[in-house]
Amino acid sequence: MGSMPVMAVGSVRMGGLNADFWATNGKNLLLALVAIGAFIAVVALLLWGTELFSRLFSDKWRGGIQLFTLVSPVLILLAIGLIWPAVQTFFLSFTNVVRIPDPATGINVDQSTFVWFKNYIFAFSDPTELRTVINTLVWMFVTPILSTLVGLAYAVFIDRAKGERTLKSLVFLPVAVSLVGASIVWGFIMYDFNQTGSQTGIINALIALAGGHPINFLTADPWNTIFLIMILVWTQTGFAMVVLSAAIKGVPIELNEASALDGANAWQRFWQITVPSIRGTLVVVLTTITIATLKVFDVVRTLTQGRNGTNVIAYDMYDQFFVKDNRPLGAALAVVMFIFVVPIVVYNVRSMRKVRENH
Amino acid sequence: MTSTELQRPPLTAAKASRSKKARERLTSPGATAAAIVIALIWTVPILGLFMTSLRPGALYRTTPWWTVFSDGHLTLSNYSTVLFESFGDSANSAPLLGNVFNSIVITVPAVIFPLVLALMAAYAFAWIPFRGSDFLFVTIFALQVVPLQLALIPLLKALGPNGLGIAGEFPGIWIAHTIFGLPLAVFLLYNFISQIPREVIEAARVDGASHTQLFFRIIIPLSLPAVASLGIFQFLWVWNDLLVASVFGSIKTYPLTYPLANLAGGYGQTEYLVPAAAFVSMIVPLIVFFSLQRYFVRGLLAGSTKG
Amino acid sequence: MKRRITLPFAAVAVSGLLLAGCSSNNSTTNTSSASNSSTAAMAPGCEAYAPYGQLNGAAVEVYSSITGVEADAMTTVFDKFNECTGAKVKFNGNKEFEAQLPVRVEGGTAPDLAVIPQPGLLQKMVGTGAVVKAPASVEANVDKFWTADWKTYGTVGTTFYAAPMLANVKGFIWYSPKEFAAQGYTVPKTLDELWALTATMAAKGGTGADYKPWCIGFGSDAATGWPGTDWVEDLVLRVNGPATYDSWVAGKTKFNSPDIKKAFEAFGNIALNPAYVNGGLGDSASIISTTFQEGGLPILKGSCSLHHQASFYQAQWPAGTDVSPTGDVWAFMMPPNKAGDPPAVTGGGEFVAAFNDKPATAAVQTFMSSDTFANARVKLGGVISANKGLDLANVDNQLMKDAVAILQGDTTVFRFDGSDAMPAAVGAGSFWTGMNDYVSGKPLDTVLTDIDNAWPSAG
Repeated sequence: MGSMPVMAVGSVRMGGLNADFWATNGKNLLLALVAIGAFIAVVALLLWGTELFSRLFSDKWRGGIQLFTLVSPVLILLAIGLIWPAVQTFFLSFTNVVRIPDPATGINVDQSTFVWFKNYIFAFSDPTELRTVINTLVWMFVTPILSTLVGLAYAVFIDRAKGERTLKSLVFLPVAVSLVGASIVWGFIMYDFNQTGSQTGIINALIALAGGHPINFLTADPWNTIFLIMILVWTQTGFAMVVLSAAIKGVPIELNEASALDGANAWQRFWQITVPSIRGTLVVVLTTITIATLKVFDVVRTLTQGRNGTNVIAYDMYDQFFVKDNRPLGAALAVVMFIFVVPIVVYNVRSMRKVRENH
Repeated sequence: MTSTELQRPPLTAAKASRSKKARERLTSPGATAAAIVIALIWTVPILGLFMTSLRPGALYRTTPWWTVFSDGHLTLSNYSTVLFESFGDSANSAPLLGNVFNSIVITVPAVIFPLVLALMAAYAFAWIPFRGSDFLFVTIFALQVVPLQLALIPLLKALGPNGLGIAGEFPGIWIAHTIFGLPLAVFLLYNFISQIPREVIEAARVDGASHTQLFFRIIIPLSLPAVASLGIFQFLWVWNDLLVASVFGSIKTYPLTYPLANLAGGYGQTEYLVPAAAFVSMIVPLIVFFSLQRYFVRGLLAGSTKG
Repeated sequence: MKRRITLPFAAVAVSGLLLAGCSSNNSTTNTSSASNSSTAAMAPGCEAYAPYGQLNGAAVEVYSSITGVEADAMTTVFDKFNECTGAKVKFNGNKEFEAQLPVRVEGGTAPDLAVIPQPGLLQKMVGTGAVVKAPASVEANVDKFWTADWKTYGTVGTTFYAAPMLANVKGFIWYSPKEFAAQGYTVPKTLDELWALTATMAAKGGTGADYKPWCIGFGSDAATGWPGTDWVEDLVLRVNGPATYDSWVAGKTKFNSPDIKKAFEAFGNIALNPAYVNGGLGDSASIISTTFQEGGLPILKGSCSLHHQASFYQAQWPAGTDVSPTGDVWAFMMPPNKAGDPPAVTGGGEFVAAFNDKPATAAVQTFMSSDTFANARVKLGGVISANKGLDLANVDNQLMKDAVAILQGDTTVFRFDGSDAMPAAVGAGSFWTGMNDYVSGKPLDTVLTDIDNAWPSAG
């Protein structure tokens, strides 16, 4: 056939484990060690130095100086790395950029005009866009609730059971898979659909075995969004389980014992003792997963590219910003994502205030 | 809301046996069965992927993996190809091992740096009242929403040749990962630290401890379990990361995810290697997870244990 | 936890330092032992590399979207270059190239050279101002080895920036010569004959399950839909002619215009017709869910007879398939519209652009535009080049040789793949999604208008 030799070009290349290889990698590992050591030393010195320095001052100033050292690294890094780009994005969303190439060199001259809310209006006036917004909200509701429910239930069921560690690891495994990988796995192994011939996806194979009609999971509007959400839930449940399991273990045994001695059964004990005790952690888990869900676009990008009514805001933003090179529109969509988070922020702030008052 | 009840009332024999039953009932057979069902459902895709990774490449797309039970074609050749045969940058490199080392060099500092800094800030927000504390904390919390892609170019400009000049080297990647990991880290650690009983903090303050002394003596020991569990997730995130390493790194620093992502070839000829590659990539995070398991036995809300 | 990790860390680190001390006295790698110093004699087999001089360990990064086995082949070619010139060229292939090159360039960490697979992307990068004009040595090579058409694709405005590298020929229609012989079919010479053949095949049926004349697969993860764009481009070029094609690619002729609409409808006559698609796979609904790699495989099972796909599809046939004019599969070029029309072909390729003017960068860029490079790379198999200095003996099979002849032919009307030449927002965006929408049943007018709407507005 004389076609491309699949593996002949890439034959075993272990000759590369030479002195140079070990030298380079040894140097890198040493660099990491030194960096960690230096970092810890600097932080410790900084804190200790602040401690000594602040002793020169009165009580009023001492606390303030130490406070400054504690928070400023984080604030400075975030200001440079996230706040500044966020501000840039915000202002970009109110503009329209037109690129005019020079006829001789082809180099663009960018013309930026201020267009007020035009991008936002465009984002919401388009009929498909409304569907995108609704999809995003569905993702934001279903993913955290389902992940947390299953994670919590699982954590409770296996708490102090035999083989708890193994069972935990099984549900934790998907967390170790990247979202692109998870999408490919589910698309290929679970959701694969063949219109004719035998099925190569597990679910459809089982359906066919039971005599049913195979389902084209990715095109079945509107359920296809739920099927895509399952992939994200699959990866997030492990996170919820791990965090909630630790929280459950922090509930003092005495509380449960006392309640049991008072005659409460497992179900009652769960709702009356366990859940209130871990309420703070529950809120944290729900919040974290919700925000993470808002940003996810890899699942849609890999499997449907927004077809058949599966589009979400995060994918649209990516598409506009990087593929269609309509950066102001992408920026507007990012700001919209931010607005979606505001209710969650408000809720968390209120919840935190309550926690503080109870302290 | 944690209990500060540290004294155990003595139990009579009858009460003791009922209490034992109570403990058992928490893990009833019904619950265990339900747990096994959930575990099975969660494992099926991974199992399918694993079986697929053991199938010869020619059968990759054409036959589903469960036909292995009828035709028995299993092979380790995909794994040996991924691990030992080249898809690297030079005839004389052993690329995958080098990328593994790079992954380690990138990940360990990128876990330690944000955790330490976040711990400091979370403590301050939780236990040091100051004006603007709420506003700043909410801002940090809200930064979690900023999509990574939007922050890439400005940060790259700052770290690149026109800025600090460390893009393409490990320190640049560390800084990028640290920044992107901080909002969530601060948020999670804040929630754990604020649940330390007020009495413990007050007692130390009454003894004359300053903020920094409190930090070293009380906060760090008590929050180790929280830091450990957060560390696992930060480790996973950085280990599996491709985007930050691609943008802020260079050929010298590409981690394991880079060659694995580019395995399949432009027209997907070697697509069948992807499942094996996925498993190779999962091994180290799983080892980390297993070895840090013991931190989950102790309570994360460690108010009832003495530090 | 930290203590347990530190120990192995330290062990490797210390041994690394020791080795570093030892190895600094040796030559840097095994391959460059021949030409470390600038005064070393030319190693054997390096005569062709003399024009590039001695580059003294200069590091050059070649960034590209080529991955996997083809990336290995590129690395092998550069290994020889490194050996002969002392340079340290590193080939860096990344699937997310199209998204990350602009990020790197804007962020200030642009590579030395980039292998850009679309003229549209080249325009975008040139627009940022970061691409440097092609040096005179590169331009001289291009004038010598390529036709004028190719040079224009590497030109933006009136400035020449990037030389072509490799090429692929699109518009092949794969078929089974054995089936054709058995059924008495002949290779069609015009489009009308092709449509007639389709109807005949549908009526006659085939040996495999769910037989239909055509099988099509669009699936390609985030790039799903691109095979459809190839279909339409081939039809536009043949039915409407090169002038309309050029105007369409430049954005002057809209998608929603009578000419282009005709081409879409010709495709729809096949793709939306349940009697004609999707052999062995279902009906038009299966087009998107079938990956492009799987799209032609039903031919081997007798479930379909014709599959439209570029020359690179050759690599998809399973090992053992007889790819020959009388074997299991072979390909004919999609015929012209009417008898007597000149042969028309669309194809693709890459263009090598430089982001700085360092001497080593220019040397590598020149090398990549030379016949030395073309021959070295093509000899490793799987690709062809439109470089006229390519020795046909290096091309490993007849189909590729035919493709090269077509590319270099004087009467051939060659046009670059349209979606690659259009701005990325359309060519790698709305055109793809438009094809997906079309085979999913969306009305054609809506589809065409949507594609047009994504065209970036010019000032």
